[in-house]
Amino acid sequence: MRHAFYLAFFLGTSALVSGAQAATKDSVTIGMALEPPGLDPTMGAAAAIGEVTHYNIFEGLTKIGEDFSVSPLLARSWSFSKDLKTLTFQLQQGVKFQDGQPFTSADVKYSFERDAAKASTNKDKAFFASIQSIDASNPQVVVLKFKAPSFQALYHLGMNTAVIIDAKSAATEATHPVGTGPYTFGTWTKGASLTLNKWDGYRDAAHIAIRHATFRFMSDPAAESAALLAGDIDAFPRFQGVEDVSAFQKDPRFKVTVGGTEGKTIIAINNKQKPLDNLKVRQAIAYAIDRKAIIDGAMNGFGTPIGSHLTPNDPGYIDLTGQYPYDPAKSKALLKAAGVKLPLSLTLTLPPPAYARQGGQIIAAELAKVGINVKIINVEWAQWLSGVFKNKNYDLTVISHVEPLDIGIYANPDYYFQYDNKDYQNIITKMNAAPDLASFKKYIGEAQHKLADDCVNVYLFQLAQITVANAKLQGLWKNGPIFVNDLSAMSWK
Amino acid sequence: MTTYLLQRLMILIATLVLASVVIFAVLDILPGNAAQTMLGASATPQTVAALAHKLGLDQPAPLRYGEWISGLVRGNLGRSYAYHSSIAALISASLKISGPLALLAMVIAATVALVAGMAAAARHGKASDGAIMMASQIGLAVPNFWFGIMLVLVFAVNWRLLPSGGFPGWTPDPLRAFSALILPALALGLVQAAILTRVTRSALLDVLHEDYIRTARAKGLTPQAIIRRHALPNAMIPILTIMGLQLANLVAGAVVVENVFSLPGLGRLIFQSISNRDTPVVADCVLLLVAIVIGVNFLVDLACAMIDPRLRMQP
Repeated sequence: MRHAFYLAFFLGTSALVSGAQAATKDSVTIGMALEPPGLDPTMGAAAAIGEVTHYNIFEGLTKIGEDFSVSPLLARSWSFSKDLKTLTFQLQQGVKFQDGQPFTSADVKYSFERDAAKASTNKDKAFFASIQSIDASNPQVVVLKFKAPSFQALYHLGMNTAVIIDAKSAATEATHPVGTGPYTFGTWTKGASLTLNKWDGYRDAAHIAIRHATFRFMSDPAAESAALLAGDIDAFPRFQGVEDVSAFQKDPRFKVTVGGTEGKTIIAINNKQKPLDNLKVRQAIAYAIDRKAIIDGAMNGFGTPIGSHLTPNDPGYIDLTGQYPYDPAKSKALLKAAGVKLPLSLTLTLPPPAYARQGGQIIAAELAKVGINVKIINVEWAQWLSGVFKNKNYDLTVISHVEPLDIGIYANPDYYFQYDNKDYQNIITKMNAAPDLASFKKYIGEAQHKLADDCVNVYLFQLAQITVANAKLQGLWKNGPIFVNDLSAMSWK
Repeated sequence: MTTYLLQRLMILIATLVLASVVIFAVLDILPGNAAQTMLGASATPQTVAALAHKLGLDQPAPLRYGEWISGLVRGNLGRSYAYHSSIAALISASLKISGPLALLAMVIAATVALVAGMAAAARHGKASDGAIMMASQIGLAVPNFWFGIMLVLVFAVNWRLLPSGGFPGWTPDPLRAFSALILPALALGLVQAAILTRVTRSALLDVLHEDYIRTARAKGLTPQAIIRRHALPNAMIPILTIMGLQLANLVAGAVVVENVFSLPGLGRLIFQSISNRDTPVVADCVLLLVAIVIGVNFLVDLACAMIDPRLRMQP
């Protein structure tokens, strides 16, 4: 046994030495909570796919920045027609795919038509289906004609669902992705880690500081903290261990940033379920909820209260958190006015994340105070997706909607909230046809008010993006409007 | 002995067939499917239907079962929905970690348990026996994930001797890969050792009351020699049986420890595949585990039969 221990110490030391040699200033190891299932963001929906591939391996026509701005990427510039139905892109010249194939307008046409095809499993297929025709007659110019005015097209085109792929490698993107980005796919040890290497053929290779990147997958918050403390990973964007954040903040070896994501954490309500179809009952639930208690209790204080289905980082955001302040007395009065027999029994379905499981306990306690007895049902994701989302078999659920600017989901009466309102649907139609940012903001403002007035759901808070990183690593995003780890922006001090 | 072997083999195959039906049926009635889970909440029902069709989820269950079994018979384990790769490759990669991890943990558990169990039995009722029993009681009470986190804090965070988790792969640096397995093997092995110590001690104590031990003592053998030469071989049957169960448990049941150490072993593969509703992977892995458990038990029975000739005689 003594020999075994000596062996352990010897091996440990050797590992340390080789680790120190590898940690030169041009490599980075990034922690991620979930492993991507496949690596083709145009055919798979998991956020982790974008976190590895978007901007690194694959690029789209436009780039969404940390502040939600849209800037050129594979497109140099663009212009809308007056009716907002035609969008013309001038493409970057001399761009190649990592396999040497030239990038032209034909690739854009191929990619978008593939995304819209019948067999396509693109998450944003509805957007690609809204493109009437794609003109690629000039290799440097793409003309997209939409069926309806499409002001938001630039955002859609900046998502990882709209990256441009090459017809030659399309079939194998999920396992061996080939894009136009600054990094090529290296190796993938399933369940453990994935590596990317700098591509020297990239059009802007001189400005890329990080040569090797490793993504390590660890789903256990305690393991995340331990790996950071042990120096095994350099950065953990979207860090989950909220309880450990203050310890990292005090440690000079680390830099902690707290920004916002697009996650709108809500208590979703089944608007067709009795008595939740009654506005007064929904409002009673809203008045019974103390957002701050939930943010403090479930998220250690990380999260910004919201009052409708938009985050403070979004264009056109209006603060409506004052519409339903915490007021149990008013809640009880509303329940009485609605003629509900107390105690009212409802179910609360909770998916795995901490905001739901821990937040759900607090919500149940708060609702009990006004006479609503909540039965908590803990489910895993697949159960949530089939039971709540697909079959609408629920009363209340806690969930964070992480898609950017997805306020349009309320215009679909079949969506799991089952909110069917003509006025709202008209607002969204007008918003989608908005000719400019100012009128877009006007309509998205109306939409927020309408959702709050009708109290479709109870809007809790914006999910925080917590990043814990080695203090010497720079270029990490503070806010997370989309799920990316932009390696090209990173460097060591 | 041949009839005995043949009998056992027939039972083994029948169990596997029965297990395959149960596994398939349970996975089939599980709420949620791979297409919906992979596409999440933002895809339209049409997109989900398109993926379900592509994956063949819209086929009737008996047909899918038939395809699975006929594939297995031909040595084709199928493809993973989530990873888009062959399941055989996924399982063999995970076994390259789970196998050595389980063996290493078993070696640790067996070494500690035999030494401690023999020491406790030899000094039955004395202070050192009490101390060993107390230590094993603590070992039983401590959950292995917590013990794993403690090991990481001491060896990886404070002393920086061993990696905190992850697995670098057996190539190009097998020593580094081995060092990644030491802490998880300790976390698993020492907890198992606690159970095995108690089994070893009580099995030895049972034997120590036998007549032949009294005879050995009367011959003038030292207590150590009595335990080593006469008591231990006779106490081995319950110890081996428990070790067999533990080994199977270590291959599959390491999922929590694998999560703490971010090791891509078989337990984690099954766990993730269940979350993803990657049912072909789950079905193959669980059937493999059934086969391992049955196989290990079969080997344990054989070993017991070798130790104790009386077991061989039974029809």
